[in-house]
Amino acid sequence: MSVFPATAAAKAAGRSRTSASGTRPGPRNQRSAYWFIAPLGLGFAVFYFWPLLQTLYFSFTEFGAFGGHTFIGTDNYLRVIKDVTVWQALGNTLIYCVIGLMALPVAIVVASLLNRRGLRGVSVYRALYFIPFVTLPVAVGLVWNWLYNGDFGLVNEILSWFGVDEHYWVSDPSTAVYAIGTVMVWSTTGYYLVIFMAGVKGIPQDYYEAAELDGAGPLRRFFTITLPLLSPTIFFASVICMINSLQTFDLIYIMMAEKNPAIGDTQSVVGLFYKWAFIENAQGAAAALAFLLMLVIAALTYLQFRIQKRWVHYA
Amino acid sequence: MPDRKRIDSGSVATHAVLSLGALVMTFPFLWQLLTALKTLAETSQVPPTFLPKDWNWDSFEEVFTALPFREMLTNSLINTIGRTVGQLVFCSLAAYAFARMQFRGRNVLFALFLSVLMVPSSLLVLPQYDIIQSLGLLNSAPALFLPGMFSAFGTFMLRQFFLTLPRELEEAARIDGAGSFRIFWSIMLPLIRPALAALAVITAMWSWNDLLWPLIVNTDPEKMPISAGLTSLEGQYETNYPVMMAGSLIASLPMLVVYLFLQRHFVQSVALSGSKS
Repeated sequence: MSVFPATAAAKAAGRSRTSASGTRPGPRNQRSAYWFIAPLGLGFAVFYFWPLLQTLYFSFTEFGAFGGHTFIGTDNYLRVIKDVTVWQALGNTLIYCVIGLMALPVAIVVASLLNRRGLRGVSVYRALYFIPFVTLPVAVGLVWNWLYNGDFGLVNEILSWFGVDEHYWVSDPSTAVYAIGTVMVWSTTGYYLVIFMAGVKGIPQDYYEAAELDGAGPLRRFFTITLPLLSPTIFFASVICMINSLQTFDLIYIMMAEKNPAIGDTQSVVGLFYKWAFIENAQGAAAALAFLLMLVIAALTYLQFRIQKRWVHYA
Repeated sequence: MPDRKRIDSGSVATHAVLSLGALVMTFPFLWQLLTALKTLAETSQVPPTFLPKDWNWDSFEEVFTALPFREMLTNSLINTIGRTVGQLVFCSLAAYAFARMQFRGRNVLFALFLSVLMVPSSLLVLPQYDIIQSLGLLNSAPALFLPGMFSAFGTFMLRQFFLTLPRELEEAARIDGAGSFRIFWSIMLPLIRPALAALAVITAMWSWNDLLWPLIVNTDPEKMPISAGLTSLEGQYETNYPVMMAGSLIASLPMLVVYLFLQRHFVQSVALSGSKS
C-alpha cells in the first residue's frame, strides 16, 4: 500500500514504477537512513505510540467506579455511532474544515504580493500579518466576541453602512459556525503565511525574470510559475490545515458561553471528546470517539495523498 | 532594487490590499492594548467604550505583583528553546531520510509517523502524564518540553522542502566521496534554511502559547510558563481583564522579537548554486 509518490531518488535509481514501497529494496538501499530516523522514532515510541496503544485498549473497556478497567468489547464504539450529538458534531467539524481551508488562498496571495521586488515596507507588513499568531487564544476569543456582539459590536456597525440588519452572530444557530470559522481563518492566516513565504522564497528569481522578458504579466507569472513551484508546499499546508481544523477545539471553547443557544450547532468532535473525557468521566467512550475521528482524518489524508499526484509538481 | 521612484498602478493596488488586510489583522491587538489601559470598572461597562476614559498604566505593573511573572517568563523560555531545538534536530534528520533516501519500509514508517499528527492531542494527555510521572519529572522544566520535542508536523514540513531540491547536488557530493551525514549536514541542510527558520518560528509560537499540557504537568506556579500562569487571573466570578490583557501583551512581545529576528532567514532567497546545467 503505497500512497506516497516515488521521490526523485527512486527515478534516479532507475526504477520507473511510481511505487517506492520498501517491499523490494532498491539497488541503493541506504542503511544509514535508519540512523537518521532513530532519534525521532524513539521519541515517538515513548511519548506517542505507547500512549496511543494504551488508549486504544481503554476504548474497549469501561472505567470502573473503583478504578480499574472492565473489558466490554465494542460497546463504546456502538454507543458513539448511535449518538445523535456525535453526528451533529462531525457535521459541524466538516464545516469548520471547509471554512478553515479558505486561509490557504488568502495566505498564498499575500505571500506572493509580499514577494514583489522593490515593494516598500514589506517587513512592516510581514510583522503586522503575523500578529494574530502571537496573540494568546484567550485574548482572541474576547476580542471577537466583542466585535460580533449583537447590540453594539463593530461587525454590525460596519455592515449597517451597507444596509444589513443587525444580527446576533454567535448566538444564532444558523450563523454561529460561520462566525467561529471566520475567526479560525483570521487566526491561522499568519501561520500559513510563514510557511508560504518560505516556499515562495525558494523559487529562483530568474524564472520570473525570464517570464517577464517573454512578456508574461503578473497574473500569468503567478499561475505558471508561483503555483506549480509552490505546489509541494501547498500540498503540505492543505494536509495540515485539514488535520488541524478537524481537531478544532480551543477557539470554540473560548468563544461559546455555556448558556449560548447555539452551543450544539457549534460543538466540534474534539469538543465533545473533551466533555465526555474530562467532564462526564466517560473515558472509554471518549477514547472510542477520538479513534473514530482519527479514522476520518486518516481517510481524508489518504485521499489527499492519492490526489496529489495529479497536481503536485516535485523537482 | 528600484533606484527610481516610479509609481506604478500595480504597487499602489498591492499596498491598498495589504494595508486593508493589515488593519483587519492588527485590530484585536490594538483592542488588547486599549483594554489593558482601562480601569477594571470601565471594562465591565455596557456598551463598552472604545478608547479608555483615562489612560491608566497600573495594570502593567500589577502583572508583576499578581504573578511570579519573571519565573514564568523564564519557564516559557526554557520550554520554547527545548522544543524548538529538539524539533529542528530530530525532524530535519528524519525528514532528510524520508525525502532523499531509499530504504526498506520507508513509506510504511512515514505513514506511521504521520499518524501522530492525526491524534487529537487531548487524547494522549493522560497517558503522557503517567510517563512524566513515572520518570519523576512532574513540576520540572523537562516535563514542559519533552513530548513536544518530537513532531510529525516538523518532519512532514521539512520533507516537503527537501523534496524540492535538485538531485545533482547529492550526486556530485557522492561522487566526491562524501558520506550521508556529511551531505545532509553541509550541503542539503543549508539549502532549506528558510524552511528551518519557518519551522523554528512556528514551533516557538506553539510552545510559547501551549496551555493544556503545562497546566497538567506543572501545577506549581513557580514552574508554570506564562501561558498557563495567565489563566489563574481568570476569576470564578470576575476576571481582571486589564491585568490579563497587559499580561498577555507582555507575554507576546518576546515572540514578536523572535519573529522579527528570524524572518530575515525565511525570506532570504536561497542561491541555488550548482543547479546550473
